[in-house]
Amino acid sequence: MPQGREHVLMTADDIRRAVHRIAHEIIERNKGVADVVLVGMRTRGVPLARRLADAILQFEGAEVPVGALDIGLYRDDLPHLGLRPALRPSDIPIDIDGKRVVLVDDVLYTGRSIRAALDALMDFGRPGQVQLAVLVDRGHRELPIRADYVGKNIPTSRREEVQVRLREVDGRDEVVIVRPPEEAEHEG
Amino acid sequence: MRDDVRELTRPAGVQEMPAWKRHHLLDLDELAPEEILLVLDTAEAMREVLSREVPRVPALRGLTAVNLFYEPSTRTRASFELAAKALGADVVNIAAEQSSVRKGESLLDTVRTIEALGAQVLVMRHWQSGAPYLAARHTRMHVVNAGDGWHAHPTQALLDIYTLHRHLGDLRGRKVVIVGDVAHSRVARSNAWGLTALGAQVVLCGPPTLLPVGLRPGEDEAAAMPSVQVEVDLDRAIEGADAVMALRLQRERMEGGLLPSLREYVRLYQVNAERLARARPGALVMHPGPINEGVEIAPEVAVSAQSVIQEQVTNGVAVRMAVLYLLTGAKA
Repeated sequence: MPQGREHVLMTADDIRRAVHRIAHEIIERNKGVADVVLVGMRTRGVPLARRLADAILQFEGAEVPVGALDIGLYRDDLPHLGLRPALRPSDIPIDIDGKRVVLVDDVLYTGRSIRAALDALMDFGRPGQVQLAVLVDRGHRELPIRADYVGKNIPTSRREEVQVRLREVDGRDEVVIVRPPEEAEHEG
Repeated sequence: MRDDVRELTRPAGVQEMPAWKRHHLLDLDELAPEEILLVLDTAEAMREVLSREVPRVPALRGLTAVNLFYEPSTRTRASFELAAKALGADVVNIAAEQSSVRKGESLLDTVRTIEALGAQVLVMRHWQSGAPYLAARHTRMHVVNAGDGWHAHPTQALLDIYTLHRHLGDLRGRKVVIVGDVAHSRVARSNAWGLTALGAQVVLCGPPTLLPVGLRPGEDEAAAMPSVQVEVDLDRAIEGADAVMALRLQRERMEGGLLPSLREYVRLYQVNAERLARARPGALVMHPGPINEGVEIAPEVAVSAQSVIQEQVTNGVAVRMAVLYLLTGAKA
């Protein structure tokens, strides 16, 4: 298998700054964090949500509850491929009725995962408001969904792949774009 | 209900679980350890779904599961029905009268009819060993063996293994004693395959007449069973055990002359407090149900803190959800 070529789009410092900025934006938009709950989408949304909670604690001195959402049972984009995503239990630690839930994911792409996440979330309660925070928005939406907080907008082609790597999961922090091998070749 | 439930563990180095590729679930002898662990992991997520106020997700929406039962069953059939419904599937129950069914052709006719009606999943219990295998060869539906004759009951074994795994973690080196009518028990056979695959030490125990041919004392071990130990003395078998699983004693076994008397069976093979004291402290007590009260397990042991019998029933729904979810993702 020929390997595609990787390009680093965000370094560990870039990721840290983006997380800190989003934390400030969440505090600002919600005028504090009194009713805010962070819900990370498995896998990499969960450590991102924890980092946001740490930053908010640091800036605002307030603890924000963090949950984990697995959307495997709600997806419509994998079954037709004959694949079942590996499942982990969701863990929503508090009643989300009336709360401002900030969904956290690593990459926003077609929007189908977010659609599934909204369905999953509604099975846990009736949030007063749902906001969306992503580290990377790579475009190519197939549904009317947009993010409220974006770490970095990255224009991509559908043939490219964006990979977010996080210390907690992958051992290091970086965002890379992987170009298909034939295109990498053409670049020389 | 016990509360010392541990985080699910898996062997070091296994990070990503393999994709599930099986179209049918007929017995555990065909599953690799990683596949069994994938079912356990998936069941853990299903358990979370079942803990919700409204335990229902849309993963199997639009699919139809048919429960075709040629043998009476309450808990297994209800468990499969609840599992399919919790995943958003439609469920049809067919109780086939044993007397009206002739072997071979009529079974396949029934299977083909169910397929033509548009079902994707066939959950089948049959009094004849091998019947689900026959069905699986002649249908594109996903076939789940819900118990065939004396042969196999894979989802019961998976729920037993899941329950053990939740309490004990890694099962390698753990000692599990299965006591009772082993010869006629599909539960014992499937458990023996699955537990040994995960590295547990399995000891089969019962009166010589109720041990499978080939495993009776003095006989060579038959190739049809996995590597297990056999012990006719329960007091010896239970020594240091991490779990004791008592099997249901079918009353008709006594009429067939395989047991001298019920009193003798109770005296020698009942799991009671005195015997349980020889096991490891806190050893789990299990039973696939339904229990003959005061026969296989002493009443005070069945309801003691060491008993996970009720939890087995609850876990059965989660495990069957996991099986249905994984199977329906595999292409024909």
